Amino acid sequence: MKHLGLIVNPVAGMGGRVGLKGTDGAGILKAARELGAEPTAPARASQALDKICRCGLDIRILTCDGAMGEESAARAGLTFDIVYRPDASKTTGPEDTRRAAELFAHCGCDLLLFAGGDGTARDISAAVGTDIPVLGIPAGVKIHSAVFANTPARAGELACLFLAGRCGEPREMEVMDIDEKEFREGRVRSRLYGYLRTPFEKRLLQSGKSSGGKTDRVELDGMAEQVVRMMAPDTLYLVGPGSTTAVVMEKLGLKGTLLGVDAVKNHTLTGADLSESDILKLIAAEQVELVVTVIGGQGHIFGRGNQQISPSVIRALGSERTHVIASPSKMRELFGKPLLVDTGDPQLDVELCGYKRVITGLNQELMARIEC
Amino acid sequence: MKGNREFHQARWNEPLLFEKSLPGRRCVIPPRAEKNVESMVGDGLSALPEAMLRETPPALPEIAQPQLIRHYNHLSQENLGVDSNIDIGQGTCTMKYSPKINDMLAGSPKLKDMHPLQDESTAQGILEIFYRTGEMFKEISGLECCSLQPGGGSHGVLAMATMVRAWHRSHGEDSTRDEIITTFFSHPADAAVPKAKGYKVVVLPPDEEGLPDMEAYRAALSERTAAIFFTNPEDTGIFNSRIREFTRLARENGALCCYDQANANGLLGVTRAREADFDMSFFNLHKTFSSPHGCGGPATGLLMTTAELRDYLPAPIVEYDASSNRYFLDHDLPQSCGKIKDFYGVAPVVVRAYCWIMSLGTEGLMEVSRAAVLNNNYFMKKMLAVRGCSISFPKHPARVEQVRYSWEQLHADTGFGTADIQQRTADFGTHYWMSHEPWVVPEPVTIEPTESYSKEDLDEYLRIMEEISRECYEEPGIIRHAPHNSTIHHIDHDYLDDPGKWAITWRCYRKRYQGYFEPVAAE
Amino acid sequence: MIEERRVYPYIPNSEPITREAMLREVGVGKVEDLLVDVPEELRMKEPMKLPEPMLSEYELKDHVEGILNRNVTSREYLSFLGAGCYNHHVPAVVDEVIGRSEFLTAYAGEPYEDHGRFQALFEYQSMMAELLDFDVCNVPTYDGSQAAGTSLRMAGRITGRGKVLLAGNMNPDRKKLVTTYLDPVLSWETVAFDPETGEMDMDDLRSRLSGDVAAVYIETPNYLGVIEGKAADVAEAVHQEGGLLVAFVDPASLGVLSPPGAWGADIACGDIQSLGIHMNYGGGVGGFICTSDEKRFIEEYPSRLFGLAPTSEREWGFGDVAWERTSFADRETAKEFVGTHAALWGIAAAVYLAAMGPAGMRELGQVIMQRSLYARSVLGKIPGVSTGRLTGATFQEFVVDFSATGKTVRQINDELLERGIFGGRDLTDNIPGLSQCALYCVTETVTGSDIDRLAETLGEILA
Repeated sequence: MKHLGLIVNPVAGMGGRVGLKGTDGAGILKAARELGAEPTAPARASQALDKICRCGLDIRILTCDGAMGEESAARAGLTFDIVYRPDASKTTGPEDTRRAAELFAHCGCDLLLFAGGDGTARDISAAVGTDIPVLGIPAGVKIHSAVFANTPARAGELACLFLAGRCGEPREMEVMDIDEKEFREGRVRSRLYGYLRTPFEKRLLQSGKSSGGKTDRVELDGMAEQVVRMMAPDTLYLVGPGSTTAVVMEKLGLKGTLLGVDAVKNHTLTGADLSESDILKLIAAEQVELVVTVIGGQGHIFGRGNQQISPSVIRALGSERTHVIASPSKMRELFGKPLLVDTGDPQLDVELCGYKRVITGLNQELMARIEC
Repeated sequence: MKGNREFHQARWNEPLLFEKSLPGRRCVIPPRAEKNVESMVGDGLSALPEAMLRETPPALPEIAQPQLIRHYNHLSQENLGVDSNIDIGQGTCTMKYSPKINDMLAGSPKLKDMHPLQDESTAQGILEIFYRTGEMFKEISGLECCSLQPGGGSHGVLAMATMVRAWHRSHGEDSTRDEIITTFFSHPADAAVPKAKGYKVVVLPPDEEGLPDMEAYRAALSERTAAIFFTNPEDTGIFNSRIREFTRLARENGALCCYDQANANGLLGVTRAREADFDMSFFNLHKTFSSPHGCGGPATGLLMTTAELRDYLPAPIVEYDASSNRYFLDHDLPQSCGKIKDFYGVAPVVVRAYCWIMSLGTEGLMEVSRAAVLNNNYFMKKMLAVRGCSISFPKHPARVEQVRYSWEQLHADTGFGTADIQQRTADFGTHYWMSHEPWVVPEPVTIEPTESYSKEDLDEYLRIMEEISRECYEEPGIIRHAPHNSTIHHIDHDYLDDPGKWAITWRCYRKRYQGYFEPVAAE
Repeated sequence: MIEERRVYPYIPNSEPITREAMLREVGVGKVEDLLVDVPEELRMKEPMKLPEPMLSEYELKDHVEGILNRNVTSREYLSFLGAGCYNHHVPAVVDEVIGRSEFLTAYAGEPYEDHGRFQALFEYQSMMAELLDFDVCNVPTYDGSQAAGTSLRMAGRITGRGKVLLAGNMNPDRKKLVTTYLDPVLSWETVAFDPETGEMDMDDLRSRLSGDVAAVYIETPNYLGVIEGKAADVAEAVHQEGGLLVAFVDPASLGVLSPPGAWGADIACGDIQSLGIHMNYGGGVGGFICTSDEKRFIEEYPSRLFGLAPTSEREWGFGDVAWERTSFADRETAKEFVGTHAALWGIAAAVYLAAMGPAGMRELGQVIMQRSLYARSVLGKIPGVSTGRLTGATFQEFVVDFSATGKTVRQINDELLERGIFGGRDLTDNIPGLSQCALYCVTETVTGSDIDRLAETLGEILA
């Protein structure tokens, strides 16, 4: 028997239909309702749940009452237990999402399925981190995070595959956070908020032989080994945010910050979660090099979560001392597309364009084009 | 006659040999020692140190001869060689007809029973064939020196990588030249082998047209580059017309140029390693040059180099002394990179290639390539009209002797992809292979219609593709549970990926399972 | 207007009507027009200058047979050559099976339409495992020396160490190949052999063993034909230092000799040529690697490994095990590399082992032992000739010392040749300390009277 947690964010997506860009904040939500917006997430949740009904597995749903899940589960005809009851006197909000997610993790559900957008993903990430596998049914306006299936139906199918044990190890996928105010003013500026562990389908290749069944671990291990071997003595290495760079820290046996910039020298941690000014001070004082990875589905090496690595920092270091690392699967996902830079300084962005070696494994590099 | 064959593969449900074994049965009897020998030395086994005597006989199957032959007869019927099918679906493998006369000649007792260490005077026949083959490849490649040692294409890459290191070592640059540049779509061995030989591999992405990105190449080249390893045309079927620019830049940087010519079938007599200015190149005698694939070898990756690199070749090489009219093995290569293969190479494969080239000549080889290119273009035109099929890198539509297609559209429309098509293809009595990694072209298949296939053959294979495409759109049930008419039904792949489940030998199977995959209770 | 053109039997579409139709279909006047990507500067300026073709099959046959007839084979002359390639009898059933075109002309199809090949090779792996007394055997690699080289690199990866010790009594040609392959990943040292017994020098071994040795490599029987009677002691010594024992063995000996799995080898390797594959002038070779089925070993194989799997209709199904290890799946993270090796020879070896069975393998080993002992005895009686130079027990090959005869091995072999005999491999300049010695090999195809004939002939030559 498998336990599937279900959270539906009833207000996700309401902004989009009426031309608002999201529903963060009660003010925006009120505006949306006034414009006649109807909840769309429940319907999308149902599309996913229909698939789950048909997969023939013994699944028990853990969910929240009312619009946060019960209605969708009941409509799909699935057996469910209500684990979380939001305060009926208030409209449900992010706090409810967070509490529900925590409870589901505590109850030991095998997979948490949620219908919502980036905001919902963020709330869940804040609550459970990478403790349990989480998969998103796309139902928001902002779907920049990599934790969503392509369609609600696909989410249902993927959930079934995962619960049947037919998927590889869940992968850490980025949860992105877009500044809504900027977004409404037409500027897309997302940053890495955190990670969720998301199932993904083994790509079926030669009749069942699959790539990606081997976990990212093996690929990343070679790449991390290459970085460690590259580290010269008495040189300070700034290790940027991301789960890929985190593997390097792991290989060194160090506890870095997933979302921050850490400093490593002679294989020891000499600084954690450094600010821009911290970094500039270090660069002035000693030999410094930088290790960054590719963040976000669009392939940014600067500008999507490593803003501490500011234009001043980038200029001070220069490209010789900047190393880019990425797993081969990440680079395959980006096949045909360039890597992007968005430092905030358009002049610098232009200077950074060109070709860069990306370390993808032990003794393995891929030439990648950088554009802005 | 119907549109498509009604095919059913032989399905014998053939037990494993171990299941047919009964103690005491005999199949072939070895000679016994003569009485006088036995009376002098006894049973022979007492002379062995006791600790090294085998205590328990090996648990090999015991079977009588008629039953053994029947077993293998059944297994061979459950296999599709080129002789049985329109084998164009195994793209890049260059599946062509291996003429029977060549098999017969290669199987001559005058070759089979030759020991490699016999006095060279008794091996003049095979040495002459080796030598003449090398001479012919001088014309075919435009290069000057030959080694028959590599036992396959990847082995050819190994020979080249080993020579690269030897070369740079002798020039004192081995420690500084530690990088090899190759491309995204070169053969897997072009990256894996240099890595195995201790090089760092820098991979060039393709540009929009699917060709190696020139700008990326210029950025990657440096004084650290030991060599470049390029396949041309690549498995997409696209020929890099700027190849000489790539070699020119490599040379400017002091790097060696290594050519993987596994895909030579479309360009014989048209363009060569010489014109592209490569230092080394290898050819697959079991692909373009007709030696049969043997289920995966034996094979040969015949290596050619410029005269400048002769001394670095794996020793020995075959030479001819005109003054005494003798062929001989020259072991005297003081700069030799070492040894790549036991003895000298796979003689029967070389003999077959020799026969093939001799039966065709210059005009014949050119006709081979013309037919291969025309077959490919003919097939491509019609394949691209199949619903759901498109070409990889549409910005560069020209192809030489093979094409990598994509079923991306079919996948988007129906949810079925290249893996599904592969399984259904087995129901039509032929092969279909998805392509070498990396799989970045979505839902790929690579088709290579060599010159062995008639127009009717190509039309038949196209009808199969059309039928399967139609089924994906209109009769998904058939696709979902394919293959239906093959030797066996759907294989459960968990038992191949899960260390807790896999069984690589019968011995391992019996440790883990009884009956039909019923787990043996843990002790 | 259909032009006159030559039609080739192997090129069906060279026939003019079809050619025309296809050109029209594609929309070009000639095939050259399709080669748009090959610019002028890359084109050959003149045609290749290949020999005049033999268009008729008879001409070709006559030509090639004429050349091959200049060979003198080891069936026409009496051969005592071994040294890594062995003149065993190949049962007719073997040639029959590997001559079947369904096997001969197949390649890399799926376990559905190429089920036969998978089953044949799975059975090969399984039989080798029984013979070698290990759990796992791979699909064959290029040759025994490649298998040795890969086995040592596997040991390096498994232990994480950078050095190997190679037996001084290993085949020198094999050593050249192995050391070429190990470069630059593993370093190596040579362990001396005892000049009296021909076996590994245990003292020298112990002095060289340390915590940075990944593996010790031995051959048994070794190049000198001597059986390493202390193999189990070698295993113990290596294991004590946390290293692995890589043992190269002759599978044809394992009907009577103890298999490496029984005396402590961790990785066994060798060549399957002696299992029913014609010598083919050194081309009939294929390598095997055997280990336990522990994950840490299996993960390190570069080769394909075929495994058994159930199907939806309860048939035997097959496929690649842990295929992602290989460079077919992912060239970034692959172990070494894999390609087209020697699969058909693997099927030959399978047929051979099934045809021989345990009884046949034992009888084979026994007759080889008996006749080679007979040869040692008979030759040892020739004045000036010693077959007791090395005291270690031998299997099918042994060292014959001619240094007291007043003639060099070279001269002796030349004279033997004149009389229709291939003498043993000259070890002068091949193995230090064995000047004017030769390596003689007696397989089951050498009869008692053949040996008598050799003795008589040598007697004449040395008189």
